[in-house]
Amino acid sequence: MDIRDDLKLIAEMVEPNSRVLDVGCGDGALLDYLAHTRNVDARGIELSMDGVRQCVAHGLSVIQGDAETDLKDYPADAFDYVILGQTLQAMRDPRGILDLMCRIGRRAIVSVPNFGYWRIRLQLLTTGRMPVTEKLGYQWWETPNIHFCTLRDFVVLCGEMNIHIEQTRILNSAGAVTSRSHSGLANLLGEQGVFLLRRA
Amino acid sequence: MPATPPSVVAPADAGSLPGKRVTLGADVPMRLDSGAELGPFVVAYQTYGTLNADKSNAIYICHALTGDHFVADRHPITGKPGWWEMLVGPGRPVDTDRYFVICSNVIGGCLGSSGPTDIDPATGQPYGLNFPILTIGDMVRAQKLLVEHLGIDKLFCVIGGSMGGMQTLQWAVAYPESVFAAIPIATAARHSAQNIAFHEVGRQAIMADPDWRNGQYLVEGTRPERGLAVARMAAHITYLSEPALHRKFGRNLQDRKAVTYGFDADFQVESYLRYQGAAFVERFDANSYLYITRAMDYFDLAADAGGSLANAFRPGGKTTPVRFCLVSFSSDWLFPTSESRAIVHALNSVAGNVSFVEINTDKGHDAFLLDEPEFHQVIHGFLEGCAEHRGLTVRRRGR
Repeated sequence: MDIRDDLKLIAEMVEPNSRVLDVGCGDGALLDYLAHTRNVDARGIELSMDGVRQCVAHGLSVIQGDAETDLKDYPADAFDYVILGQTLQAMRDPRGILDLMCRIGRRAIVSVPNFGYWRIRLQLLTTGRMPVTEKLGYQWWETPNIHFCTLRDFVVLCGEMNIHIEQTRILNSAGAVTSRSHSGLANLLGEQGVFLLRRA
Repeated sequence: MPATPPSVVAPADAGSLPGKRVTLGADVPMRLDSGAELGPFVVAYQTYGTLNADKSNAIYICHALTGDHFVADRHPITGKPGWWEMLVGPGRPVDTDRYFVICSNVIGGCLGSSGPTDIDPATGQPYGLNFPILTIGDMVRAQKLLVEHLGIDKLFCVIGGSMGGMQTLQWAVAYPESVFAAIPIATAARHSAQNIAFHEVGRQAIMADPDWRNGQYLVEGTRPERGLAVARMAAHITYLSEPALHRKFGRNLQDRKAVTYGFDADFQVESYLRYQGAAFVERFDANSYLYITRAMDYFDLAADAGGSLANAFRPGGKTTPVRFCLVSFSSDWLFPTSESRAIVHALNSVAGNVSFVEINTDKGHDAFLLDEPEFHQVIHGFLEGCAEHRGLTVRRRGR
């Protein structure tokens, strides 16, 4: 089975036979992968009706819903892992979502694009306009990404929220892991980061 | 004693209907929610497909208010195809080549199961309003007895839309260990005030018909056809949506070029409703309509679980083991998506295993009976996934 590089990294952080909630699970690729390679009890929430229909039609337990309103329903520690892939920056209240994820999951796995990536910095510096990259290909007036952060911003927020970062994977633009630490040059050279989190 | 009108499906005729019948509650009568007892009583049912050796492939289908057990074969009275033939049959989403499908006429119904048209042994005359008041819980209790009679410990799945969805929820809540998966469709965990109000309009229409005779019409040889037809007309509007009505009929006139300045059925939509009403009385009993609508009105899962819907899904303090798939339809205003979502939220709050899909359609509540390919894909996919978990199929290798 083949899935996106960052999804594969996320999957590697998940212990077999665990309970997983994928927030914004799209067409269910990660859930399907986890269910069949790690035998997890895989659940999902997805906003788009098309995505939900595809998931359920493939036998996955997915509900149509909005993470920002529906996550609060779950009891504490309902899941071993709550996963949020590449969507924290699109949330109205990223801090609230992180808080909820770490409450309803024993652990949370979050992947975020790095706005401190050197190409983005360079674009802003040289053109003076909002950066548009291959992975973040929106103009400022149409982008769903309303809360960009750098990897350092993310790490600082976790610290403020008393969230412990158990594992870090920094990916370059080719999707390869360049570092297992968020310190040093990661904030400059990494295009995205994947973090395994738990309440401290 | 006056003769029973020939078109009434009286108990004497019920025996001549196709399908199976079983007498239950003969040794121990069934205790009803009202406190009354029922027994012995008859349940008429149909089965499709073959029960496997370990009896793990049984699917129970629960019919809606005016449905019956002829899910997938020609209706004995109307001659029309089975009401869910698009969903149930060989190679269909509910594949009768793989699953053993059971569907029964609800108790209180009028197509073979015990109901107000039955002869009361105490009087030798049809029960009429002397038949005990029923609830959704009572209907499902009778279904459970049938399932036990068939020697099945655990149903693979229970499926139903509208009132059938209420029964599906009731199955999952009352017998969580006897249900592996449940698909409640276009339904709610309680009947809303608006829906009770519509039912009351229907019942009052029946009771206002002079031929209803306080429910004794079978004895007196009359039929409250006009009242029942009006009840059906009013209800039928609630099954559709404004856009669907507009698309179908608009303000088009019926076989005429101009309005007639009278109360004839000038508009196509009037003619359509009159037809729906007239066709309905051919196959349905007025008292049955009263009893079944009342059962729906009384349905309230949360009230039965101490006021909390979440508690209904936490039997003995543990999360329900039942896997749920809820389906709603975007233009359904009788059982709107918010009702399904309330159930999803309750299941989430106990970390239950639930899928939920809202299907986009303009066909209103009726959509669950119609050709909605996306809906059918969801049912198929959910059943496939459950079959894998239940060990009914070989494990898939990805997509």
